Amino acid sequence: MSTLLVLLLSCYIAGSVLPLCVPHNSRAQNLLAHGLAGAASLLGIGLGLCGLVASKPLTLSLPSSIPHLEFAFRLDALAAFFILTISLVGLAVSVYAFGYVTKFYGRTSIGVLGALFNGFLLSMTLVVLADNGFFFLIVWELMSLLSYFLVVTEHEKPDVRYAGFFYLIMTHIGMACIILTFLVFFQDTHSFAFSSFRSPDTPLSEGLHTLVFFTVLIGFGTKVGIVPLHVWLPYAHPAAPSHVSALMSGVMIKMGIYGMVRVYFDLLGGQFPWWWGFIILLVGAVSALLGVMYALMQHDLKSLLGFHSVENIGIILLGIGAGMVFHTYGLNEVAALGLLAALYHTINHAAFKALLFMGAGSLLFATHTRNIEEYGGLLRRMPWTGFFFLIGALSIAALPPTNGFVSEWLIFQSLFLSFQLPSLFLKLMLPIAAAMLALTGALALVCFAKAFGISFLAQPRSLHARRAVEVPLSMRAGMGTLALLCVVLGLGPMLVVPLLDRITGPFTGAAISAQVLALDGWALAPVKVEFSSISTPVLGAMLMALGALGLLLAVIMGGPLTKRYYKTWACGLNLSPRMEYTATGFVQPIKRVFETIYQPTVKLETEFLEESKYFIKHRRFEFHIEPVFEKYLYTPIVTYCLAAADRFRIIQAGSLHLYLAYIFVTLVVLLLFAV
Amino acid sequence: MNLAMAVVIVQIAMLLALPPFIIGLIRKVKARLQCRRGASVLQPYADLAKLFKKQPVVSSTTSWIFTATPYIVFSSTLAAGLLVPIFVSQNPFNFAGNVIALVYLLALGTFFLILAGLDAGSAFGGMGSSREAIVATLAEPAMMLSIFAIALTAGSTNLSTIVHKTALMEGIITAPPPHLMALVAFFVVALAETGRVPVDNPATHLELTMIHEAMLLEYSGRYLALLEWAAGIKLLVFLSVIANVFAPWGIATSVTPAKVAVGMVVYVVKVSALALLIGVIESMFAKLRLFRVPELLGAAFILSLLALVFFYTLRG
Repeated sequence: MSTLLVLLLSCYIAGSVLPLCVPHNSRAQNLLAHGLAGAASLLGIGLGLCGLVASKPLTLSLPSSIPHLEFAFRLDALAAFFILTISLVGLAVSVYAFGYVTKFYGRTSIGVLGALFNGFLLSMTLVVLADNGFFFLIVWELMSLLSYFLVVTEHEKPDVRYAGFFYLIMTHIGMACIILTFLVFFQDTHSFAFSSFRSPDTPLSEGLHTLVFFTVLIGFGTKVGIVPLHVWLPYAHPAAPSHVSALMSGVMIKMGIYGMVRVYFDLLGGQFPWWWGFIILLVGAVSALLGVMYALMQHDLKSLLGFHSVENIGIILLGIGAGMVFHTYGLNEVAALGLLAALYHTINHAAFKALLFMGAGSLLFATHTRNIEEYGGLLRRMPWTGFFFLIGALSIAALPPTNGFVSEWLIFQSLFLSFQLPSLFLKLMLPIAAAMLALTGALALVCFAKAFGISFLAQPRSLHARRAVEVPLSMRAGMGTLALLCVVLGLGPMLVVPLLDRITGPFTGAAISAQVLALDGWALAPVKVEFSSISTPVLGAMLMALGALGLLLAVIMGGPLTKRYYKTWACGLNLSPRMEYTATGFVQPIKRVFETIYQPTVKLETEFLEESKYFIKHRRFEFHIEPVFEKYLYTPIVTYCLAAADRFRIIQAGSLHLYLAYIFVTLVVLLLFAV
Repeated sequence: MNLAMAVVIVQIAMLLALPPFIIGLIRKVKARLQCRRGASVLQPYADLAKLFKKQPVVSSTTSWIFTATPYIVFSSTLAAGLLVPIFVSQNPFNFAGNVIALVYLLALGTFFLILAGLDAGSAFGGMGSSREAIVATLAEPAMMLSIFAIALTAGSTNLSTIVHKTALMEGIITAPPPHLMALVAFFVVALAETGRVPVDNPATHLELTMIHEAMLLEYSGRYLALLEWAAGIKLLVFLSVIANVFAPWGIATSVTPAKVAVGMVVYVVKVSALALLIGVIESMFAKLRLFRVPELLGAAFILSLLALVFFYTLRG
């Protein structure tokens, strides 16, 4: 297994160096970078599976000359699961990228792009492997910086630069909190090794314990994009090249989930009061609901997907939060169920979100626009992309028998099992969270009905869409891989649950795989068989069989299945794309019902003919929704910081002597402290 | 095993055979309350047979989604129906899905119907899809909470388990007030989900008001037949849930010929009674404006929340 690990790391390192050494041949650079990334991902899939079934964690350590820093690797079940997730998505994205980056030939250096891509995958792999706080911080920062460089690939566009800058600031706010977390641990144990965090000589005092909860929540929360720290996400994800967006949204934000689970359940050993879980639950419910609501109003396909990441992170946090609540009350089996459901949703979200981002990338590749109001009729022009996007849409809308349905169903069950809790407050709050999840699920369905329906159905709404052609084979292969993964994860929970159980078992102290897999694994039955059960393979078979029955009935009752084609009735006019429902029109009822949240501003300018006010010459409609968090939370902070910076400008006189004096004073002060 | 097979086949047959009768019955009741004689209750059967025989016309702007949707909607609705105990309380497919699976199976049909409404490229279809989207969205949380309030009494979210336990009155925590509140909430949700007055009017083809019919506007021939049939099955599924979960008495708790016969008769009587009720409601109320629907469904949500609160507090 250690050979596999070394091979994997060297593949990524080669991938980050070699493409830079091939001069001026985009094709060779492309092949080399993404070929190595693909190979490394294959190794990663192997390593992840080995790590999940291994009986004890693999550890590997290289000393360094810097005090407290040790390049310690540890591959336990949790790390292995995340490596598996990174590698599965990494493989598909590498294949896809081979076709997608041809778009950048001659515009940007493919060598640099490919090297950064490999480095990014490497840094994420190292984040989950790191077993030393110092080392973790280094690779975490590496991951953030490399993703920043990837985001600003198209840095000639001002909005891309803005998005990158925004991302850089936000990610460093998070970074500061993570550093603080590890410093708290360090002052207690005087070591950065995770093993010493796990078993400290003196446990953290209550105040510091609480501090760790919040620093972890904010630190990793900025990365996963919980509301209100999500604001960078819908900017950065669309700005990056689509294959990078797929990695960022599918995998990178999951590193925050990894961090939370690692600290709460592993490093703190699952020792926390009940309200920690409740806060996570609350944050999860709010993120899920607001994420999907803002997504509905987006007509930039990639921003829409970005907001959906906020939603899905919220759903994952609902599972984790429920797990934490049950854990504090000693209901270990249900706690394991919540955590297991959250991890299941993590890999599911990685699969379908990366798939959808690749689909969005394909549309961008074919039409050169991200605005879904300019798409339309693409299913006929791009049948494969359309089909894969539909699978992704069905999965993210949690419709049976896809993978999203399985994990959301498990989360529902863990929330419903709240009737076992002793506290009346929580007994009521968890079902309300379930109702919020139901609303979120319904809104996600509407959002993807919009995204798919407006983009792929009816007539093309623009010249771009009319001229679109299907994308190259490698891009289709990349999407196909993940579409297949979505189906497998949906129909084969019996393959996934035992693996996840190996992670949650040690954390919660309850192995539940034998109970959850009822009827030889054909049905899922959380904890209590009689409480609830589903079987996606049976549901899938049922849907197929009954669809066939419908076909059979049509033949029996109507004879041969002939049909005639004719144009759509448009009240006697010729049908034109301008008669179609737009995305804006489609979500208008929702905008109106949830007006308090959106606070929309509508501007309607009408210009009449001079002769008569009954004839309109020109009409302009604009509508915006209020970016509440940016306006009321971030803008005041930014204004305050700028004002403070203005005040401090007095000490910056620009004179060299003055600066020398500053240095002298600082030195004296430091020396005084040293004495 | 063979017994289970037989039960499933009979259940499919009943799910297919009953809906036109229920629709016919509702129409008859409405006609009678409006002092008309109305068509025979068997008229919907003739309508279906006629539609199946007609050659469908398909819009030339559509994709495969349009022609696949009727089959998907038909199969997902029927699959949802197989998860509900109808005349035998121990449904063979009980293990395959609980009530959440039922909700999401119906959502699968809704998803494809919304897409099909957009596919033909006319404004009417989009209008219907957009309205269906908001109604389906707002119904979901109320449906989930009311179901959960009921599930609590039997300690299960599997419909068959709830019905079986309630029918035998064993292992049940009885608490009538929350039960009643959940029933009312679920009934409102059922009206919204199946496109009945006061949320939608199945008898209208007026672009200002139609929801479900607008999405089906471009369909004809066997496609329309399948979709109409599926709409009927969906109504029957909701009525069956209401009839059997809230009043399971008479359902066959074991598979013996006598009990099954009684179970079937009682089932038909129960859903017919509910159909009568719907007919009366449709005659008594006007359709609500679309933007008043949230208030109705919000009230249903609050009711089911209250049901939950009462359930916990009454138990002490």
